[in-house]
Amino acid sequence: MKPVPLVTREYRTIDYVSGPLIFVSNVKGASFGEIVKIRLTSSEERTGQVLDISDEHAVIQVYEGTRGIDTDATTVRFLGEPARINVSLDMLGRVFTGVGKARDGRPDIIPEAVLDIAGTPINPSARDKPADFIQTGMSAIDGLDTLVRGQKLPIFSGAGLPASKLAAQIARQAKVLGEGEEFAVVFVAMGITHKEASFFMRDFERTGALDRVVFFMNLADDPTVERLAAPRCGLTVAEFLAFTHDLHVLVILTDMINYCEALREISTAREEVPGRRGYPGYMYTDLSTIYERAGRLKGRKGSITQIPILTMPDDDITHPVPDLTGYITEGQIVLSRDLFRRGADPPVDALPCLSRLMNLGIGPGKTREDHRGVADQLYASYAYGRDLRRLVAIVGEEALTGLDKQYLKFADSFEKLFISQGDDDRSIEETLTLAWNLFSILPQDELKRIKREHIKKYHPDFAEKPVT
Amino acid sequence: MIEGTIMRISGPVIIARGMKGSRMYDVVKVGAENLRGEIIRLEGGEAVIQVYEDTTGLTIGEPVQNTGQPLSVELGPGLLASIYDGVQRPLPVLKEKSGDFIARGIYAPGLDRDKTWEFVPTVTPGATVVAGDVIGTVREFHFEHQILVPHGVSGAVTAIAPGTFRVEDTVCTLDGKTHLSMMQVWPVRIPRPHKKKLDPVLPLITGQRVFDCIFPVTKGGTAMIPGGFGTGKTVSEQTLAKWSDTQIVVYIGCGERGNEMTDVLAEFPELIDPRTKLPLIERTILIANTSNMPVAAREASIYTGITIAEYFRDMGYDVALMADSTSRWGEALREVSGRLEEMPGEEGYPAYLATRLSAFYERAGRVICLGSQERNGSVTVVGAVSPPGGDFSEPITQNTLRVVGTFWALDTNLAYRRHFPSVNWIKSYSLYLDSIGEWYVQHIARDWRDLRERAMYLLQKEVELQEIVQLVGPDALPESEKAILDVTRMIREDFLQQSAYSDTDAFCPVEKQYLMLKVIMEYFENVNVAMGRGVSLRQIQALPHKAAIGRMKEVQDTKELQDLIDEIGSAMRALEVER
Repeated sequence: MKPVPLVTREYRTIDYVSGPLIFVSNVKGASFGEIVKIRLTSSEERTGQVLDISDEHAVIQVYEGTRGIDTDATTVRFLGEPARINVSLDMLGRVFTGVGKARDGRPDIIPEAVLDIAGTPINPSARDKPADFIQTGMSAIDGLDTLVRGQKLPIFSGAGLPASKLAAQIARQAKVLGEGEEFAVVFVAMGITHKEASFFMRDFERTGALDRVVFFMNLADDPTVERLAAPRCGLTVAEFLAFTHDLHVLVILTDMINYCEALREISTAREEVPGRRGYPGYMYTDLSTIYERAGRLKGRKGSITQIPILTMPDDDITHPVPDLTGYITEGQIVLSRDLFRRGADPPVDALPCLSRLMNLGIGPGKTREDHRGVADQLYASYAYGRDLRRLVAIVGEEALTGLDKQYLKFADSFEKLFISQGDDDRSIEETLTLAWNLFSILPQDELKRIKREHIKKYHPDFAEKPVT
Repeated sequence: MIEGTIMRISGPVIIARGMKGSRMYDVVKVGAENLRGEIIRLEGGEAVIQVYEDTTGLTIGEPVQNTGQPLSVELGPGLLASIYDGVQRPLPVLKEKSGDFIARGIYAPGLDRDKTWEFVPTVTPGATVVAGDVIGTVREFHFEHQILVPHGVSGAVTAIAPGTFRVEDTVCTLDGKTHLSMMQVWPVRIPRPHKKKLDPVLPLITGQRVFDCIFPVTKGGTAMIPGGFGTGKTVSEQTLAKWSDTQIVVYIGCGERGNEMTDVLAEFPELIDPRTKLPLIERTILIANTSNMPVAAREASIYTGITIAEYFRDMGYDVALMADSTSRWGEALREVSGRLEEMPGEEGYPAYLATRLSAFYERAGRVICLGSQERNGSVTVVGAVSPPGGDFSEPITQNTLRVVGTFWALDTNLAYRRHFPSVNWIKSYSLYLDSIGEWYVQHIARDWRDLRERAMYLLQKEVELQEIVQLVGPDALPESEKAILDVTRMIREDFLQQSAYSDTDAFCPVEKQYLMLKVIMEYFENVNVAMGRGVSLRQIQALPHKAAIGRMKEVQDTKELQDLIDEIGSAMRALEVER
């Protein structure tokens, strides 16, 4: 970054305004990505960022929207520096806007550092392998798709499904076994309603977690473009807390679909060639600059674990936003409307769920030796049971063999007892015991995914009968 | 030296004026921070440049300097066990220079200039050498790194001696005037030359049953692995990188996750090659351009990787190159193309996508290397493809399909039920079956092809039977067809499924693969014979051998499998028809 020039450059040459963008002509010496201040005739001041510059003009996106901007008297001042945010440990317990201004009526923080919100990529050789099992207390996650410290694991939800409840429960219950330390939470709201935001606020308050949380709030009626800055501000703070103050940070981003809508809005206003469904072709790269800011670094104590929430339009997992997200994140937790209707809580649809880092966080010394086999077996048996349900719908249950009926029973019990748990906080031992109880529904020969020695050790049939 | 100034900045693309005389694909230094970039279009004196680093903070009017060189990689001792970014900057060195996060404008050479190597000459003064000839060797870990005469150079050796040298030191002098060092520089976009391309006739053995036995790829062949997210592309690529029977593996993480690269970096030094008993990292070169690293360098990473692969091929080695994922590379092309405001083709991809893809895959192959000594080397390319929404009709999948020899279609539904590798046996194919048949006959067994065809037939039959079952229920099938369903379930679960994380089954030797398939097919034969005699399916199902087949993966001694075949035969023959 070049030194900030002593003379500030102010222009009154806006010659084109379109959507959230303004085009300023004859700009000299502006740099790509720098921040500008826009003063309206009403003397209101807004903030923008340079997206494109050429000899003729600079294209600027205005965070607070372009309403009231004219092409005559509005002035644009170039600050010569990229978007930055003041950070401090005192941010815990505070509420900020999407661009990092205090929103809770309390005074601005005294910064310990001023950081570029865009961040820089972590050097892959500086990354440390995520390896610590996070016990979320949810069987569907701990047992089947384990979350590991430093992972990014999104929740794919549908309109009206209780993703927020699940995220809040994870934030509340998440702990690393053997460590008393609790997670600091950075909560970034992008375009969600006041009601949803206050749900989280109340939940954190109720559990006394509020002073461990930094809120970035960009609600549904706040300026759209601010949504593009909100996750970056949140992650910059998270990096600061994790890598300067050695905290373990859990970042909740909700709702990514609103972020992508904002991205599309800007792209359309710039008249760019659209990719799938009108989203810009660079959306993958753009999303990755958010999601990839999770992880651990060698030689540093802190970590960043991300749980982005996104609402799949029309429950469509192939929609570009969940699709590209799934390609970047390390797995996904998918909620199902079908299970929700049948009363499962949380309504986690186990089959499309995945945790890519699971193997790093499970096994002897971390969870238990039989964890991998148990998870694979649960998946295989449940998937087969689900297939049978389709068959039953056509030919009726009588047409099934005895074994198939057992599978059907297994699938039902799995959903009722294992996936669904309400507000319980289950330890990993409880989760695995539950799984073994389910396996006793099936003949032992069917448990091909589990090592024989583990069956002998954990299967209820081999459990020592109490002497009567 | 040509020097211009920036006139426009748009994301990773800038336009500079005053660049007359520049050539396409020249590397330029952009701005006061000397960011590296590459010229991708010329319009009069204006050059369009893709910049390999983040362009934030650049201003109009900053200088642009043409280096006059195309984008090149450094080749020589020190490549093995390295991890580079997309333009061959060693990441550990960048970490020393700029800390845990990658800062901009840092430059570090691909090969360590100060490290010394023990050079052992293989020619003596007076010998005449031509391009591609080996003049000496260097031991890198346990690998014999051969020092080759660079392309376009030949002459009589006037001085050569063993000793300890750095990569830039002269180790050999030709005709008293041409000084050769251990390091070569090669432009990445130009394939390294070879004498002749050979037909691929040797299989690439991967230790994975579905790959080796069912859909094999050859050394020097090409394969693609398309699949939606979560279908196991990366795990498959990593499995291949681990167990392929090549001397060198180049692994390109192109626009993928940072944690995955960390995983490879952490895991490979600990894993042992089952054939050489040496750590896998010692034969591996990693190129990491994670998804949040600059997009233009992602475009270059594929070429950087394959050039390094060709370099080792030229020494007469077999090299496997894994590119994960070529879709991200295609998207990088699209992103840059969009910034150039080019007329888009299908789904916004540039019209030259197919040309670039096929040019890349054609750099694979088994060749006779340059030089007067007779050497064969090969580069096998396995490219992962990430189709949006798992839809194989998209341009990258379709254009890649046209050029590759093996197609491993990963299936979301199989992945959901944790059938891994989730290779769909109906959609996938291999075009190499005929050319490697000879090798299997000589090294494994005469009836390999026959067993494979019969198993594939049954799996196809299963699809048809399943359709009937969906309509009328399983009870409506005749006994003989129920037996088929029994056996296909065995093929799927006890043969095709293979856990990459199992300690006993992650790598399965070809001999064992063959026997496992043989056991299942013999079982089927015996079932047919027994049922022909009037034995009921219930009686057969009551035999303990089904469970024994289910445990074949854990069996270490192939003798046990041989015995199993005999036991099944005698047990079935002993079954008496129930009246």
